[in-house]
Amino acid sequence: MTMTPLTAERPQLALDPEQARRIFRQVLAASRSEETEAIIHSTISELTRFANNAIHQNVAERTLSLSVRTVSGGRTARASTNRLDEASVRAVVARAEALAERQEPDPELLPMAEAQSYSAVAREIAATTALTPQDRAATVAEMVAIAERERMTAAGIMANSHSAFSILNSRGLEAHYRETSAEYSVTMLAADSSGWAKGNAPDVRQLDPVGGARRAMEKARLSAHPIEIPPGRYTVVLEPAAVLDLLGFLFWDFGGLAVLDQRSCLTGRVGTQLFGTNITVVDDVYHPLQSGAPFDGEGVPRQRVPLIENGVVRGLVFARPSAARAQREKPELNARPTGHGFPLPNEYGEAPMNIVMAGGDGDGEALIAGVSRGILVTRLWYIREVDPYRKILTGMTRDGTFLIENGQLTRGVRNFRFNQSVIEMLRQVERLGRAVRASGEESFDMVVPPLLVRDFNFTEVTKF
Amino acid sequence: MQDYAAWALEAVAAPGVQYADVRVVEEAHRALSTKNGKLGHISDLESLGIGIRVLRNGAWGFAATDDMSREGVIAAARHAVAIAAASARVKREGSVLAPEPAHQAVWHSPCAIDPFAIGVEQQVDLLLAVDAELRAVKGVTLAEADMDFRRQRQLFVSTDGARIEQARVLSGAGYAATSFGENEIQRRSYPNSFGGQFQLQGYELIGSLQLLENARRVGEEAVALHRAAQCPQLTGTLILDSSQLALQIHESIGHPIELDRVLGSEANFAGMSFLTLDKLGRLRYGSPLVNVVADARLEHGPGLGTFAFDDEGVAAQCTDIIRGGEFTGYISSRETAASIGQNRSNGCMRAESWNRIPLIRMTNISILPGATPLSPEELIADTEQGVYMETNRSWSIDDKRYNFQFGCEIGWEIQNGKRARMLKNPSYSGITTEFWNSLDAICSREHWTLWGTPNCGKGQPQQTMGTGHGAAPARFRNVKIGTAYRQE
Repeated sequence: MTMTPLTAERPQLALDPEQARRIFRQVLAASRSEETEAIIHSTISELTRFANNAIHQNVAERTLSLSVRTVSGGRTARASTNRLDEASVRAVVARAEALAERQEPDPELLPMAEAQSYSAVAREIAATTALTPQDRAATVAEMVAIAERERMTAAGIMANSHSAFSILNSRGLEAHYRETSAEYSVTMLAADSSGWAKGNAPDVRQLDPVGGARRAMEKARLSAHPIEIPPGRYTVVLEPAAVLDLLGFLFWDFGGLAVLDQRSCLTGRVGTQLFGTNITVVDDVYHPLQSGAPFDGEGVPRQRVPLIENGVVRGLVFARPSAARAQREKPELNARPTGHGFPLPNEYGEAPMNIVMAGGDGDGEALIAGVSRGILVTRLWYIREVDPYRKILTGMTRDGTFLIENGQLTRGVRNFRFNQSVIEMLRQVERLGRAVRASGEESFDMVVPPLLVRDFNFTEVTKF
Repeated sequence: MQDYAAWALEAVAAPGVQYADVRVVEEAHRALSTKNGKLGHISDLESLGIGIRVLRNGAWGFAATDDMSREGVIAAARHAVAIAAASARVKREGSVLAPEPAHQAVWHSPCAIDPFAIGVEQQVDLLLAVDAELRAVKGVTLAEADMDFRRQRQLFVSTDGARIEQARVLSGAGYAATSFGENEIQRRSYPNSFGGQFQLQGYELIGSLQLLENARRVGEEAVALHRAAQCPQLTGTLILDSSQLALQIHESIGHPIELDRVLGSEANFAGMSFLTLDKLGRLRYGSPLVNVVADARLEHGPGLGTFAFDDEGVAAQCTDIIRGGEFTGYISSRETAASIGQNRSNGCMRAESWNRIPLIRMTNISILPGATPLSPEELIADTEQGVYMETNRSWSIDDKRYNFQFGCEIGWEIQNGKRARMLKNPSYSGITTEFWNSLDAICSREHWTLWGTPNCGKGQPQQTMGTGHGAAPARFRNVKIGTAYRQE
């Protein structure tokens, strides 16, 4: 089995469903188990990286992996390989079976999922696969030219990828998904300031890397000669990238198994008014600005799940095994499989991966206009969880932190460290802007609005 | 492996190609975990692929594939050349490599007991025994234990004539007890948080960790934390255990000394460094007791950063990073060393696997132990008042590596040379050089541990690397303590 080879001249294609079926037939032929599942993942990805106004790293990668899970006598295990010759396929099945055989039976192990039907999503865009190294270099050249005109230095990436993901099992389930992704990120560095912008979309034509470079340049220019102001509680405007990086740490707690394990900050809080009444969040893979497969790691269709409604913790997401466990142990959760599980076996269960937070009107500038004194945060960095139940997060601001005075950005300020409970933060949201697809560095892409938050807790200031 | 490498080297020959290297990598990975008396996951992964790096007309290209047919390898090699041509479109001065002999070598890391030859039943049984001990403590609501084993074989060849075959075996294990109660989640881990201890060893590492022997105590501490006092906010004396000090080294010395960060290569993602070139040989990084090395040699110990040659064929070395408190060295690559006028790389280019380019990564970045015999007990006895903290819980540092904040799982007040009451939610923060200059005591060799950090992220596309950090318990004065819970 070979994929279309990498060449500079022809479009690069990931594995198609018929190729996945052929691999699965080999897997089934080799299996002695009661049930067999194969996950086949192929990716072709390319990334051009630049710094100091020059391309310094430029890479391409082609991967194809086969992961096999077998079930026999209440025992399951997984083995994976990226070698797809006949002997290797037989060997990977045998390895999974050998690992499974050496276990004690698990009476709660479910049979594999049966055949499902899926809603189609269209996220495979020819314009993205067609992007060549020369095309990416041309875009980088435009971004670098903006830096050079302003006597700044630019660093960042321009990338595109094409991936295919198939799950097939011996009970007749067959799920296939193909997706493209294009991404840019750019940092503009001036003498004592910086700015940043990033975008990601299945369709490269929806990205504006050069516009992002201009925004980043403007931020670096406007934040030159930053002053130090004391830490404390400030009204802040968080741009969407900052919002998503904070929320990313909260939504793992919306996994049903996390609540059953009592490791979630929602333990004992499902159904309560935990957040402000202006906070509503759903997990929705079908949203037009979202990406990702419409099924989970077992091939169960993803459902649209309301997570927070007007501040009330409304729903959790469940894989099949954790839904079954919740039905036994916590019937009050009304658990049902929602199609958010990770490939089995695993101990983490599930998580919502397609966060859509309801917004309001206007962009970040409209929010800034309503602030008499506060801080604009472009981006956050190195966020880590300080307290798992209060959900206190720490981290730094980065690449564009400004003082807001009388509705205007007046100057750059040195970067802050924050120690902020994200639960408390979502009770202190005064205004929401329009929700957009946002990309950060600490979490997966989301659809989130910029937020105006009062009393955001900055605890220290750094040296720049 | 030989054939794959030969096909690739032959295919990169093109006008303007100054240099190319090829890594063929074969990996095996086994991971097991248990949770609350049941198997969590059990998985086994193997991978084979090739990564081809080309320098053409002063610009780089890289392509990687797991299509190991002759056509697949040749297509990847030619694509690397084509990518290098595209890179040349946006370049400044061309890349130049510091010289390195074309080594011919075969090296295998020491491994007394092959972890892949041990039955998974035996491994699962040990994890379940630990799990039972943890859950025997009333109040432990979640017990998690895991083991992780990797074997990596790599053939490196280059157009300079290098041919290096290396094989490394890595093992790791650890566990955590979590206790939910009274609207609070507390956790204790052993021997370290976030997976435990990892080293370049075989299954013999697991036997040396005394996993079962410590499980009851760890469970009891997790539960006891609910009744402990909140760590106060103060400026005072701090003593860190060796595992927390290892992470402090990683974040506030290991990353800022990466020469690619210093030169701006990571500006968009991982960030830059306050250690600008003017500071080399001129900065007082720490107190005179601070001696730090970057040492990839086996003599330093079986660390996650131990090897014979880095991933661009440079021999493992020991570099003084901080000597007597003075900043003396960066970690480098052939390209970055040449760019600052140094005549040799100190061998720190490492790639996660065949599908990633090598980047400057930490090897074993270790603080040397104190010369005078000193145990942790003696260190506490020598401290009138302070806070002792153990085992990392959170870590964060700014993108130039000045301001950091760490949280630990557990702390104790020190009063008149004795451990007094237990403290929950301990944390501390500071500015890197101020902190290292406040070190006034470090324990001696017999209390020094070479810790493994298996999950260091860097690069775009991101790659994960294991790094080693030797450390002994140490004392710091005038540290801001309790800042993570500051609410005013």
